Amino acid sequence: MYAYDEIDRTLIDERVSEFRDQVKRRLSGELTEDEFKMLRLQNGVYLQLHAYMFRVAIPYGTLSSKQLRRLAHVARRYDRGYGHFTTRQNIQFNWIKLADLPDALADLAEVGIHSMQTSGNNTRNVTSDQWAGVAPGEVEDPRIWSEILRQYTTLHPEFSFLPRKFKFAITASEHDRAAIKIHDIGLRLHKNEQGETGFEVLVGGGLGRTPLIAKTIRPFVHGRDLLSYVEAIMRVYNQYGRRDNIYKARIKILVHELGIEKFAEEVEEEWQHIRNSDLKLEAATIEDIRSRFTYPTYAKLPHMPDELRKAAHDPLFERWRKNSVSPHKVQGYSIVTISLKPVGGPPGDATAEQMDALADLADKYSFGEIRVGHEQNLALPHVAKHDLPALWKALDKIGLATPNVNLVSDIIACPGLDYCSLANARSIPIAQELTRRFANHDTADLIGRLHINISGCINACGHHHVGHIGILGVEKNGEEFYQITIGGRADEKAELGTLIGPSVPYNEVADVIEDVVEAYLALRATPDELFIDTVKRLGVEPFRERVYATR
Amino acid sequence: MPLVRGGNISQDDFVQLADDAPLPEKGAVLVSAARFLADPQVLLQRSDRLGVIWPNNRDLDDLVPHLERIAVVALVFPTFRDGRAYSQARLLRERYAFRGELRATGQVLRDQFVFMLRAGFDAFDVKKQTDAEAFGQTVKRYSVFYQPTGDGRLAAPFRRLQLRHSESASL
Amino acid sequence: MTSPLEQKIRITGPSVVTANRTWDGTVVYRTATKGWSTDLADAAVVRAVPEARALLAEAVADDLGAVGAYIAPVEIGESGKIAPGNLRERIRASGVTIDLLPVPA
Ligand code: HEM
Ligand code: SF4
Repeated sequence: MYAYDEIDRTLIDERVSEFRDQVKRRLSGELTEDEFKMLRLQNGVYLQLHAYMFRVAIPYGTLSSKQLRRLAHVARRYDRGYGHFTTRQNIQFNWIKLADLPDALADLAEVGIHSMQTSGNNTRNVTSDQWAGVAPGEVEDPRIWSEILRQYTTLHPEFSFLPRKFKFAITASEHDRAAIKIHDIGLRLHKNEQGETGFEVLVGGGLGRTPLIAKTIRPFVHGRDLLSYVEAIMRVYNQYGRRDNIYKARIKILVHELGIEKFAEEVEEEWQHIRNSDLKLEAATIEDIRSRFTYPTYAKLPHMPDELRKAAHDPLFERWRKNSVSPHKVQGYSIVTISLKPVGGPPGDATAEQMDALADLADKYSFGEIRVGHEQNLALPHVAKHDLPALWKALDKIGLATPNVNLVSDIIACPGLDYCSLANARSIPIAQELTRRFANHDTADLIGRLHINISGCINACGHHHVGHIGILGVEKNGEEFYQITIGGRADEKAELGTLIGPSVPYNEVADVIEDVVEAYLALRATPDELFIDTVKRLGVEPFRERVYATR
Repeated sequence: MPLVRGGNISQDDFVQLADDAPLPEKGAVLVSAARFLADPQVLLQRSDRLGVIWPNNRDLDDLVPHLERIAVVALVFPTFRDGRAYSQARLLRERYAFRGELRATGQVLRDQFVFMLRAGFDAFDVKKQTDAEAFGQTVKRYSVFYQPTGDGRLAAPFRRLQLRHSESASL
Repeated sequence: MTSPLEQKIRITGPSVVTANRTWDGTVVYRTATKGWSTDLADAAVVRAVPEARALLAEAVADDLGAVGAYIAPVEIGESGKIAPGNLRERIRASGVTIDLLPVPA
């Protein structure tokens, strides 16, 4: 956990009073909507179909129990009793009143939470691996660097009015859980031959209308140079990124139009000017940030405690454990993923009651810490193995023990036409129907790892391009239709999916997906060949044939 | 439009010249980049001060050689959402050591004053009278800053190190 | 962003002007008496482009009352009842189409 110091606290308090003043000026008519819109966006406030929507940052996905309780409080007091966890380690509230927002922000600021730059054409919430600091084999905790970047990007005087939004993601593990290749800047932490910490820097990834996988701009940037290098990239982008067309304004388009070599040259030239400026991170500065992260004092625990051995006789417990419990870097502990994808539920939603209950469980079983991942699930990162059976029972009671993590019903979905003013089609009811179709755990287990991603329009908030199965809502003559792609992935082997055939109407989507899955079961070489590998081996054609033969 | 300089609303002693207007004998003038570049010498030779309005989509390279003899560089915000001039301002101040007046023009609104100050602007062609009047209040909104820029304010990383030193000194 | 007034107005049938109320974001409809109502039944219905443009212009001008104004299709029932003309507007008028997680009252 990172603990705010006086400086951090002062800044967010000052931000709250600034926004309070801005809202007051808006409601008195002193500011027009045109002037106010960017100001509210920079505080995470959108206007959606039914109301304002409020997006709160959960930097690098780490939350304390106290913070989670405060989010529950905001849901209850200012909203309709629930929140939606997004793919970028944010939580959204769908029904907030503009007039209440300053108070909601002030309540959050008390526990060190803010919504700065969760929207708008600035650097967004810096995301990271939800298992940071606890994953076995991690090079080092990427959150130290995420926090350094969070501070550096917050209210940046030069980069608060970029051509378009700008997103960072950082990973320090071999397996990329932060989807760095689909971010504007992706950072892979690793060490050079001298054992010094640095980053492979990737640039120009993104989805939306023009999906592109990020390219490596520099294989190793020393940790001390991270900020100057990033500043060089952003300065080049700020000056040369397109501003004439919002669909061409992301850095990916600039990188694509210039070519990565030319873009890298521009950055390099700029970087040489500022490399030795005040942006150079002194060891003491890095240490200072590091020292404000606290880690649990783990006990010395057995690898296989009696409680676990006993509980193994309960098949329901075993099913959950195998699905949702992952190895921890410390012996005797586990990481527990909490699925927010109950059968028939809206993906990523949690009620205030669930948040409160989970905060209590985190206090009891996970040193008061909770994580938020890009798959729209939560995690308890430090659970003693001997507590697993008790935790499972408690989670089950509050509807948070669905054993479907990484399975076909663990669907990532954007809000779609039920909430979003940009949507062509609904996303959530499609996800809900699919979770019902695949509600049988044995079937889901048999299918194995399979990610379905749904977006309600081409903005791709549900990452449909990189879903093993991607579903994209489009509109045809006023009706909801859906394009289906297969073969995408978001991890270190990131790839974009391929369309398997003509778009299908709302009522047929679930049938088509069932057919795709059946085709996979028939086509896979062995029971361990994952869906994504079968698509890789055979291509799209055999799937197309089977699924569209009768359509 | 009120001009804020040194934190206060003040008289603009520069006259903005259209590209085809005759050059007056006396008095400080503000000209477009196009007019300036067409014949820099004729403008620089005058005994009165010169200001140049530099567009935000043009590299500073053509301006840099003349900076020592230019009193005002006016950078442009066609809308407040177009942030290119922030980069130009920092480059002028921090890389090219421009010490004259750096003036923000265009859609200059209250809620960007702090960013502009931090980027190196010290004069503001403010769009609304009420915003200009609120300048003094508004720039006090923030007392802490995370990033080092060339504006001389102590950024958080350095402030923290200082605090640490003084803490350890007082032990 | 082009302002809604500069965009081409195309209407194919009875239409209303809708927006979100500024202070709380609630869906509202422009009325014939230059106000806003949360009830679609109170909306001023227009059937031709010039009328629609005029209604939209006065709605946009009332930026303090409501924001994001645009023209939306409606259907007029036999009894004269106004109903939303497409799925998006149905969702705006009657709420999300999904089951939410149960929230204890
Ligand atoms: C409901 C209100 C929302 C609106 C209006 C909205 C709007 C947008 C827009 C316009 C883009 C495209 C940006 C571009 O390509 O330049 C975008 C991208 C994105 N959104 Fe959202 N979004 C919303 C909600 C969400 C939610 C709920 C999530 C997470 C589940 C999300 C995650 C993302 C992500 C990850 C991207 C990046 C895709 C990329 O890199 O191109 N958004 N959003
Ligand atoms: S993908 Fe489209 S429909 Fe879905 S949240 Fe993003 S903008 Fe809205």
